[in-house]
Amino acid sequence: MKARNFRYVRPTSLQDAFRILETSGGEAVPVAGGQSLLAGLNLRLSSPKVLVDIGNLAELTGQSQADGIVRLGALTRHRELLSSELVRKHLPLLARAATHIGHVAIRNRGTLGGSLAYADPAAELPACSVALGAVLVLGSLAGEREVKAEDFFKGLFETDLRPGELIVAVKFPVVQPDVSVGFAELSRRHGDFALVGLAGTATLRDDRIETARLVYFGCVDRPKVAHAVSAAVAGLATPLPDTSAFEQAIHEDLTPDDTPGLRADTKLHMATMLTRRVLNSLSGKAAA
Amino acid sequence: MSDTDLAGAEEVEIETVLNGKPLRRRVKARQHLADFLRQELELTGTHLGCEHGICGACTVLLDGRSVRGCLTLAAQVSGKTVDTIEGLTESGKLAVLQNEFIARNAAQCAFCSSGMLLTSYELVSSGERPTRAEIREFLSGNMCRCTGYHAIIDAVEAVIAKSADKQAKGRP
Repeated sequence: MKARNFRYVRPTSLQDAFRILETSGGEAVPVAGGQSLLAGLNLRLSSPKVLVDIGNLAELTGQSQADGIVRLGALTRHRELLSSELVRKHLPLLARAATHIGHVAIRNRGTLGGSLAYADPAAELPACSVALGAVLVLGSLAGEREVKAEDFFKGLFETDLRPGELIVAVKFPVVQPDVSVGFAELSRRHGDFALVGLAGTATLRDDRIETARLVYFGCVDRPKVAHAVSAAVAGLATPLPDTSAFEQAIHEDLTPDDTPGLRADTKLHMATMLTRRVLNSLSGKAAA
Repeated sequence: MSDTDLAGAEEVEIETVLNGKPLRRRVKARQHLADFLRQELELTGTHLGCEHGICGACTVLLDGRSVRGCLTLAAQVSGKTVDTIEGLTESGKLAVLQNEFIARNAAQCAFCSSGMLLTSYELVSSGERPTRAEIREFLSGNMCRCTGYHAIIDAVEAVIAKSADKQAKGRP
């Protein structure tokens, strides 16, 4: 199908972009890579009046590191997560997750800020940003404010973004050398959105999990820290022989719905298997 | 920008370099790149399958990298270079891949071929030496409903092996 009619505007500065969003009365939607948004427009899932193309704004690009924080511009493409030395060294979870995002052509266009703003509950980067304790820098005519990733996602495709606001950058704390990261997802085909996915960080001592911060995606309405499972797996020795130690906790953290082709209890089973798989992959830094 | 500019427009002026030649046009805001190429410029080598980013038939190169023509607005390519199957065929840049596709019958109904060739071209011209598994992964966003995947991957693998051989022989 074809998108419904809309107007298009290409601001040449971030301030202009803010002005457009501010004066549009909520009718303008920013587009950067557009890899989810434009598919949705073609399917007529949404029909904004105005698209504001922020895809060429230099203020939204760039990667830097200072004081234990890696700052990635909102326009960081998924492809760059795979090629960036800074990301590979300090945020390996993002590099691992990026291999699961769509396909090459999608990763060439799709952006970090776009993925977070779209807030698809089955997307990889929202879950990773929560797992890594990221902070989103949101800008508008009124100035900038910062919101923790875990407070940013409010529900199905819902975020804390106010009318007139854009994600400007994302600040990630550098993952310390003693922290392992784990990532896995199940999808019908590689590159599809996850049916169930898990992104997490953990500290291990002598192959025993000390602390864990696990975030599920795909089987939830929004990415959030799975507190019950994270607490239940603390203290367990890896490799885990079975899933008994955290099965109950998974039922506390996850309350998936039946969806066409996939029952809720199947999702819980998949989440359980995935959790063990991810935790067992943590042992030894090489697997991380 | 003036306040009237800020409201946006249903038609937008773009300046791009298409297949090596500068192009200046007014485009409809809602028209995606693949429709613009096919309907306005009659460059029908770029095919349209699903129109929501799944099938890869509409693949073109934007600043040298493969993108979905259906998930890119024509308005968004202003200031960038666009290469399509027509331009890369005419310039001969695709000849090695095309010959290998023909030799191995890797183009059956050929609906996916322009997308397959452009994605393959991005991989081949990266200068990397991917494994067969990596070639499969790289092409995984392009669907072939004749399911002729093996022949396609064989062809890309052969081209990469040949260019690596050439490089090795070129060295003293």
